[in-house]
Formats: sequence, structure tokens, C-alpha cells
Amino acid sequence: MSIFRSAVFTAAAAGLLAGILLAALQTYATVPLILKAETFENADGGGHHHGAPEAASTDASASVPVAAASAGEEEEAWGPEDGFERFAYTTGANIISGFAFALLLVAASELAGGIRNWRQGTLWGFAGFAVFTLAPGLGLPPELPAMPAADLLARQVWWIGTVAATAAGLALIAFRGTIPLSVLGVALIVLPHIIGAPQPESHESPVPADLHHQFVVAVTVTNLIFWVALGGIVGLVRQRFFGQPDTLGASIA
Amino acid sequence: MEMNTATKTLGATASGSRAAQLGLVALLGVFVIGFLGFSHMDVVHNAGHDYRHSMAFPCH
Repeated sequence: MSIFRSAVFTAAAAGLLAGILLAALQTYATVPLILKAETFENADGGGHHHGAPEAASTDASASVPVAAASAGEEEEAWGPEDGFERFAYTTGANIISGFAFALLLVAASELAGGIRNWRQGTLWGFAGFAVFTLAPGLGLPPELPAMPAADLLARQVWWIGTVAATAAGLALIAFRGTIPLSVLGVALIVLPHIIGAPQPESHESPVPADLHHQFVVAVTVTNLIFWVALGGIVGLVRQRFFGQPDTLGASIA
Repeated sequence: MEMNTATKTLGATASGSRAAQLGLVALLGVFVIGFLGFSHMDVVHNAGHDYRHSMAFPCH
């Protein structure tokens, strides 16, 4: 079997399982908080629509004008109906994304010689968590609907740059083994945070701070479980598709 | 010495193809994540809305 096929099959098996796990975790831990936050969302608050118009909150602390009627006024792009359809799209996205993150984890770990067992796999999972959740989340904490944010494109650029720099930094520390390169690795990891993530002009938000805090914790913990599970499962299944870890690749590490 | 060089060349070709294939695998992953998490198309945003928020991708 070619390396490409082996990698894709390994990623499909691990990504499917970890993606289903993540979708289940999100259903209980993060989606309810998103739905709650949407009740604070001003109906005319820029480019964010789906299904039913948001009902205004009864929470006295929300100083949002009660104007939920604008939804039908302008033409909206398609979005899934609230309820099962919305859940199904979220689950589908999670499974596909589990596969995609698994492709990255498998590609990186195979370049380093291949994961030997599930325990080593969990270490790769922690690395994935650090790269894709922890590092970008420091500058751009998980946001709820209705929260203010800086320009979308600028945030996306910072997010991608941070992920790339953190991954490169970790690789330098883990696989180059010299002190100067490790120092460079740390510098790469720190650099995006010195540059700083794009921030909104004001952080004033109709979403209560404790709801946001709960969401940050929920997103971080669910992603941690996803990544550790993903790495562990890759470690469990890879030998079925790749055979024994090869010594050629191992010499890179 | 010469044998050593030959072995190295062989090894380099094999690992070159291996690295190229793994690079392709990574590229596929980046492409899919880019589409799911970063596409500006409204339809993709709406379909994956709760997913994007839950993954802490920049949204809206």
C-alpha cells in the first residue's frame, strides 16, 4: 500500500471516531452555550444569521434593543433549520474536520517516523491541541455569537500564522535537539503573542462574562479530549495500515 | 565510501517520495480545514456555524 493510501486510511479511521466523540461532547458542552448567547444577539448585528430570528432576551442585564424582526427583511443565505438539521450539519462538520486534523497529525507523525503505540499517540494529540487550540486561543479566545470582534480577515490571518509558528516551534524543539534551535523554537511560539491578535475596539458585550468564561473552558476542554483521543486512536490503528514503524523515518526524529 | 554514497542516494529518493506523499496528505488536510473553518461563503458559514464557534475558529 502506498504511503498516501495508508495515511488517508489511518486518518479516516481515527478522524471518524474522534470526530463523532467531539460532536457528542459539543452537543452537551458548547452548543447549549452558543444557543444561550444567541438570545443576546442583536438582530441587526452584522452578517450573522441562521434559521429562526433570535428572540430577545428577558435577562435584565442585556441592554440589547428588542428588535428581532429584521430577519426576513433582507435576503439571507441558506442556513440549516434549528433543531435536528442544525445538529446534523454540526456533527457532519465535526466528522469531516476530525478527518482533516487526523490527516495533519498522521502526516506530521509519519515524517517523524510514525507513532509506535497509543501512549505516544496521546503525546502527538497534546501537540495538536497546543498548536490548534491553546496557542490561537490565547490571543483569540473562543467567541460566542453577539460578542464584538476585530476584522474577520485579520483574525483569520493571525490564527493561521499562530498555528504555523507554534507547529514549527514545537517541531524545532522536539526534533532538532540542539539548544540554539530550541531557543529559536520557543521564540517562534512566543512571536505571535508579541505581535498580538487583532482585538475589537471595545470588548463591551451583551454576553455575560461568566457565560463567556464557561464557553472558553468548554471549548478548550472538549478540544483537549478530541486531540488526545485522536492521537491515541492513530497510535492504535496505524500499524494496520502502515505495518511496523520504519527505521528510515525514525532517523529524522 | 562509494557504497555509502550509493546507499545514501537510494535512501534519499525513497524518503523523498515518502515526504512528497505525506506532504500531499497534509495539504489535503489543510484544504479541508480551510474550507470548513475559514471559507467566507455564507452557506458554509451558516452550515458549520456551531462547529466553527466550538472549534474557536475566527467567526463572523
